[in-house]
Order: sequence, then C-alpha cells, then structure tokens
Amino acid sequence: MNLLKKFLFELQEITNLIIFSFIGAFKKPYYLADLVKQMDLIGVGSLPIVLLTGLFTGGVIILQTFPTFQYYSIQDQVGKSVATSLMRELGPVLTALMVSGRIGSAISAELGSMVVSQQIDAMRALGTDPYRKLVAPRIFALILMLPFLTVAADVFGIFGGGLVASGIFNQDSSVFVASVRNGISVEDILGGIIKPIVFGLIIGSISCYKGLTTTDGTVGVGRSTTNAVVLSSIVVIIFDFFLSRGINSILGIKYI
Amino acid sequence: MSLAEAIENAETGENTEEILEPTDLEVAVDEPERVVPAIEFRDVHLSFDDKKILNGLSFIVRRGETKIVLGRSGGGKSTIIRLILGLLKPDSGQIFIDGEEISDYSEVKMMDVRKKIGMVFQEGALFDSLSVYDNVAYRLHEQRVDEIEVEKEVRRMLQFVQLEDAIDKMPAELSGGMRRRVGVARALIGDPQIVLFDEPTAGLDPPTARTICELAIKLRDLEDVSSIFVTHEMNNLEILASEYATVNEDGEIVFEVEGEKICLINTEIIMLKQGQIVFSGKDEELTASKDEYIQKFIHGK
Repeated sequence: MNLLKKFLFELQEITNLIIFSFIGAFKKPYYLADLVKQMDLIGVGSLPIVLLTGLFTGGVIILQTFPTFQYYSIQDQVGKSVATSLMRELGPVLTALMVSGRIGSAISAELGSMVVSQQIDAMRALGTDPYRKLVAPRIFALILMLPFLTVAADVFGIFGGGLVASGIFNQDSSVFVASVRNGISVEDILGGIIKPIVFGLIIGSISCYKGLTTTDGTVGVGRSTTNAVVLSSIVVIIFDFFLSRGINSILGIKYI
Repeated sequence: MSLAEAIENAETGENTEEILEPTDLEVAVDEPERVVPAIEFRDVHLSFDDKKILNGLSFIVRRGETKIVLGRSGGGKSTIIRLILGLLKPDSGQIFIDGEEISDYSEVKMMDVRKKIGMVFQEGALFDSLSVYDNVAYRLHEQRVDEIEVEKEVRRMLQFVQLEDAIDKMPAELSGGMRRRVGVARALIGDPQIVLFDEPTAGLDPPTARTICELAIKLRDLEDVSSIFVTHEMNNLEILASEYATVNEDGEIVFEVEGEKICLINTEIIMLKQGQIVFSGKDEELTASKDEYIQKFIHGK
C-alpha cells in the first residue's frame, strides 16, 4: 500500500512540475537565454554520442540480418529493414536512452547540488521561481532538441547500414538506397518525430523532479542522479510500447 | 489640555494626572508594539512528521532592531528564517512582515514580499555558475534593471563588503569568508529593509567572523535595517550587543564599545529550546540569568 501511495504521490508531483513549468514558461520574464544555453548543451553537446550510437547500430543491424536475407534471397530488401527499424524504434529509443544517461544525470546532479548547497532557496529568496528559471528551459530544450538528435541518429544509422552492406557484403549501394527509399513512409517519419517529443518530456520532468527533491547532502545527490537515469530510462521503454501501439493505429501503419 | 498647560499646572501644584492625554508619539514610545513591527510571529507551530520544531513561538522584531536568535543546533533557529521567507509554511499561527500577514500567501504573492527581504545563507549559497558580479547583480538582472545602473549598484555593494577586487572571480576561487561577504552583498542589493542572517559566521576564523558582525552592525546603526541574526556563537553576540557603528569627524565609519552605564544598542536576544522561547531580553540580562540551560549555553558546561 505504501509503495502505491508513494507512486501516486510522485506521479502527482511530476505532473504538477510539468504544469507549473509550462504555465511559467509563457509568463514574463522569459528565460530565453537559459533556453538557448540548455539547447546548446543538450543538442550540440549530445550530438557526437548520438551519431556514433546511430552509426554502429545501423551497421550491426545489417551485419546480423544480411545473411538471413541472403538465405531467403531477398537481400535487396535489407535497406528497408534497417530504415524501418531505426526510424520506428531504435532511433528514438536509443537516442532517448543515451540522452537520459548523459543529460538526465547532469540535470539531476546539478539541481540536486543546488538544493544541497541552498542555492535553490537562495534563488527563491531573491524572488525567482526555480520552475521557470531552471526546470522550464531544461524540459523545453529536451522537447525541442530530442527530435533533431533522433533524426540525426536515424540518418547516420542508415548510412552505417549502407557502409556495412557495401563494404562487407559487397551489395551495390544503389540497391541499398533504393530499398531504403522504398521502405520509408511518411507515417514512419511522423511517428519517429512524435516519440522523441514525448521522451524529451519524460526525461526532463523526471530528472528535474529527482534533482529538486534531493535530500541528505552529497550522498543524496548521487542517489537522485541514479534514480533519475534509471527511472527515466524505464519509463521511456514502457512508454515506447504504448506510443508505438497508439501511433500505429492512429497513423494506420501496418505491422508488415 | 496641552503638555505646556499640564507642566504649568504641575508647577502650581494642581493634579493633572487624570486629564493629561498622551499624544500618539508618546503612546508609541511607551508601547512600542503599537508601531507596526518589521517582523512578528504570533503563536507559530510547526512539525515535521511527528517532530515538533516550533511550539507556539511569538516574538516581534521592531524597525531598525537586530534580533539575535540563539539556540542549539536543530532547535528551530533556521526554520524561523525559512518561515519568514515563505520557503516553509507554519502549521498554525500567524507571521507578519511590515504588518502584512504572509502565513497563507501563495508562492506568487510571496515573490513580492521577498523583494523587501535580504537573506544571507549559512555557506553563502552563491550560484556556482555565475561570477561574483552576476551573483551580486542577480536580483537586479531578474528585475531587468538597466545594466549601467546594475554595475553602479554592484560596485557600491562590493565596496560595502570590501571585496571590489573580486568582482570578476568565480565563487570557486573565493575563500569561505569571501563567499560569505559576497553573500552579504547579494542580500543587500536593492536596499532591503529587512535582512536575515542564517549562521553567517559558522566555520569562519574570528577576524573574518568579526567582519561579518561589523557588517551587520553597520546595517543596523547606519542604514536602519531590521534584522534577524541566527547564531550559536557567543562571541558574535558579544560584538553585536556591545558595539555600535558611528561616523567620525573624518567621515570614516568607526566601531565603538558601549559604556558600562548606558546601553543604547538596538539589539535583543531570544533563546530557543525545543521550539519555545526560554529567554528574551538584553545581553546583560542573559549573562545575569540564573537559568541552568542558559548558563550551560553561555559557558559550554
């Protein structure tokens, strides 16, 4: 019972945090400079790891599936498999997981240390609402940048797949490109952009919440950082299933 | 009947007691509580889970007065300050700032009240990511004040705490005492009429601790600021309660010790024990107290 109570309480608090920061973000004074700074940190800063993740994931998909496709003599369709799996699932999910590891931990550690060293109290004492100054720019930066990062990971993944197909399995690159173009639909692209928007909200709100509710000094900072990454990763994966189901039925994407 | 007539009557031996009506000013002098106090607590209760932190706390901080709050660690001293800033809400009772009841104010309404209050935190609580200049200027930047005006004010404040040279440094480059002084400068920008000190000298060497106390004295005697000074160090109390700041003939600020017979210093002490006031009065009364708890606190045994 206590566990259920705790879960409901946290859910309520995170919902409040999202509502307060959304309302606060559209009131004066605006913290545009903070938003741009966070977008730079989150977007540009995460680009290298996200591109590498995409590149090698695309490569390994081809590496593992090409022999099977070859067995059924449908190896000219292999580009389609890498494109759909990356755009529908692996691109958004892996990007979100990488970003939650890199940015979620940074957010909750930074906010947690600010709580512990009374900087949040100082900020409130000086007349600033931390939800508007700290939480809103981070959540919005994640919501805005995660779709871009996901698209970048998708592109590099397909590129990585192409490299492996032509480099290791000697497939003609025009065959691969044709298969990719044939495989991607507008619905895939749309679905692949809706998901990271939701994931950005999840990572941002959970990390900020965990950071702001840090207690017990520096030990607490470590604990809330771990909790932020673990919780946001799990919630991303759970939401991914339901989002996929929803997007597929709304956009009419067929499973085959 | 006017005062002059009353004096004349008194000289002629007539009884004036019944007909002499005091003026408002005289009432105010005799009954200071009728002047709106800067801060007032009325029967404030607060508990965390099952632990009672404040148990029916009532006190007044008059305008221009420094109230020293003594007590052991965990006795609810810092809680008082958090309540005044609205960072915590009391379970019951009322808190007034400048006669305005703030106990049930929302966060948005509290923002306006906080503009009147400066706060010096235990460890300074400077923003690590901002330079000394930006830290001190924070409140003015938030209010979107013109940058030329901001710079003038920041320099004035850093001069007040004698840290003008550190203007471009980052908090990590400062010593503990310097961080605390920057914290004072940040709290004082915008000239708040109420300043709260939360153990500002904890962990500092005696000369630096003295500098912080002198800043508080300057605020009290030269700027007419009301303040609460939370501490558990007796030498802070000695400095605050026995010295006063004045400007000498050369226009320099000097600190002088009060005479033995005359006590003009606008400083009172309250001592907390388990969320209740066990002592309230002047420093002389505190040292003269026979109470065992107070004696143990003063002498450490």
